[in-house]
Amino acid sequence: MTGMSDPEETVKKTQGTFDAPLAKPFPKARSGGPQPGGASLIRANEFSVFYGSKAAVDRVTLDIQAGKVTAIIGPSGCGKSTYLRAINRMNDLIPGCGTAGVMSLEDQNLYAPDVDVVALRKMIGMVFQKPNPFPKSIFDNVAFGPRIHGLSERGTLAEIVERSLKRAALFDEVKDRLDHNALGLSGGQQQRLCIARAIAVDPKILLMDEPASALDPRSTTRIEDLIGELRGDYTIVIVTHNMQQAARVSDMTAFFYEGRLVEFGETDQIFTKPRAKETEDYITGRFG
Amino acid sequence: MRGMEIGTRKLFNRSFTFVSIVSIVFMALALVVLLGPIFVKGSSAFVFRATIEHRELMLERFDRGDRAAIEAEAARAEAARKPVFDAIRGFEARLDTADVDFRRRYRGDFNELKDLALQLLGPMPGEEEPVLLRRQYGQTRWDRAKIRLHGILFAEEYDYSDPSKMGVKVLKPRVERFRGTSLEPVFGELERGAEDMLRPRLAWYWRFLFDESYDSHFFGGIWPEMLGTIYLVLGAMLFAVPLGIVTAIYLAEYAGESHFVSMLRTCISSLAGVPSIVFGLFGLAFFINTLQVSQSKSVLAGALTLAVLVLPTVIRASEEAIKAVPLTYKEASMSLGASKWRTILTVILPAALPGVLTSIIISMGRAAGETAPIIFTAAVSVGRPLAVWQTLSQPTPALPWNIYNLATEHQAIDEIRHVQYGMVLTLVALVLILNLTAIVMRARISKKLRG
Repeated sequence: MTGMSDPEETVKKTQGTFDAPLAKPFPKARSGGPQPGGASLIRANEFSVFYGSKAAVDRVTLDIQAGKVTAIIGPSGCGKSTYLRAINRMNDLIPGCGTAGVMSLEDQNLYAPDVDVVALRKMIGMVFQKPNPFPKSIFDNVAFGPRIHGLSERGTLAEIVERSLKRAALFDEVKDRLDHNALGLSGGQQQRLCIARAIAVDPKILLMDEPASALDPRSTTRIEDLIGELRGDYTIVIVTHNMQQAARVSDMTAFFYEGRLVEFGETDQIFTKPRAKETEDYITGRFG
Repeated sequence: MRGMEIGTRKLFNRSFTFVSIVSIVFMALALVVLLGPIFVKGSSAFVFRATIEHRELMLERFDRGDRAAIEAEAARAEAARKPVFDAIRGFEARLDTADVDFRRRYRGDFNELKDLALQLLGPMPGEEEPVLLRRQYGQTRWDRAKIRLHGILFAEEYDYSDPSKMGVKVLKPRVERFRGTSLEPVFGELERGAEDMLRPRLAWYWRFLFDESYDSHFFGGIWPEMLGTIYLVLGAMLFAVPLGIVTAIYLAEYAGESHFVSMLRTCISSLAGVPSIVFGLFGLAFFINTLQVSQSKSVLAGALTLAVLVLPTVIRASEEAIKAVPLTYKEASMSLGASKWRTILTVILPAALPGVLTSIIISMGRAAGETAPIIFTAAVSVGRPLAVWQTLSQPTPALPWNIYNLATEHQAIDEIRHVQYGMVLTLVALVLILNLTAIVMRARISKKLRG
């Protein structure tokens, strides 16, 4: 049974080998106002994610810039979702998952032992592939985040819910039935509700894991429009299968292949003048 | 490989259908055969033809009914009985003064007859009140009265005329023993006038459920048993539900997958199959003798034992329900910055609620019906309804145990079969209602969750 000896242990030991200033606590999340573009916000340095002994993300070095929409594209199983989930440490939920290298947010290592995951996730909202509203009312769904962060005053909550729903372009459709079960909404509405839920805690960053792949074309368009509206206010990282979508919504594009970052650059450049052969093959549809 | 012939396949399919239909019909029959008599006999505890004695009992013991009307009716019944009582009194007086031969001939038969008559009609006015409550009243139920009357009219004798056979039981008119005496007309009067003497009338005795029992279930209802069962079930749930849910959460969310945990799971599943009498003995040995939660049997000890009995069911079913909650809920909650226990409390448990509730209610049904675990830990055959604080130290009657107790240990079970069947019906109805509640609640909450 030695072959099955805990890979988690060996992986975790590699944490913190990169010496960055780690000990200071996270700054409070700023309100979702415009952030200065261009400055790098999420920085990965030789960052790897392992499932057991297999590297799903392999020594990726990537700077994601504040205030921009960054698309991560690549064929299935290339590690793009794993990379995305590493940013808010959702991979912690998966048993046997470990990391190496450094992933830092504003120069703070996210995988340092003293990181408060709750504060981290409050700063980084996430939207999932399948709409996943809670089986609660629309209001309770959006108010869930503020509530767990200690807000209980009904008036303030109602304000936040309304603002978030308006921001997610859903308010007009649901304003008369905020107390209805969220699962009664259509798929596209559910996904926008999930976006509203994510921005209700006032994050700096929104991670979107193929947010439109389970939706019909019209709902997809609405989600893409919404991403366009949110651009600038939030730093958005979107994983997508759909290259047209990446070209439409993103400023920057990263191409992942078999766990490695193959190419990263301005979206226009990637789609018109890719430098790497693999990128060109993928975006011209020769594989993937 | 060659496929099966079409004909063979059809035959196989048909034989499956046939076997399953037969087994379903068989189960349905078993249900009818089982539940039919329970319902019919059990309902006779609630709806029956009650005599004036029943109404008098209700008036005197529970202060129920229209006093004036009942007393007037009792007086009429008394008037109808007067000739019988007079005849008995007259014959008794004669026996005291008659010669030895007369006494030898009639004393035994007369005493038997008088005893039977008093059991049918109650004590004679003016005589000393019997100590035993059941002798203070005549037959309260007309069906029992008719059997008694038959016993008066016909005596059991044994026919030994064939020396090669055992004695054969024969019924002979009792009147023949008193041919030519002043008691002879009494039999005719009883046969003709029994209805006037007892005045049967249809009664709807729903308070059977809520009345205390008198004279070890001879009269009254089954409230002590009901209350005891309710205490035991609620007490068991008080311990089993929090423990079970916490353990289920631990197993589903925190324990992970090690050899130790899978062994733990196997142990819990095996515990669910342990015979309940073993739990009874465990309860006696552990809760009463070792922990000494009470000096002797008590509701507390019984509830603890039942809690241990249902704990595996609650744990496994709740664990399954928690595991069935989609991972996406958990992810959504965690991605918003909720801590793990917060996620469990606000997202996972509410979504798992239908399954958890179902397991709890089915466990309640199980706890209500279990006999063996409470034999040594909580149950007694006769008792008064307990106050809540008494449950810490006092034993209680309980429906399943008292059904068994009446059937096997009661000195006059033939007289009170209706009480036993009433208890059975009540218990079956209780368990049925609990299960129905589980189904309805599950459907409602699932619907609410689905939106």
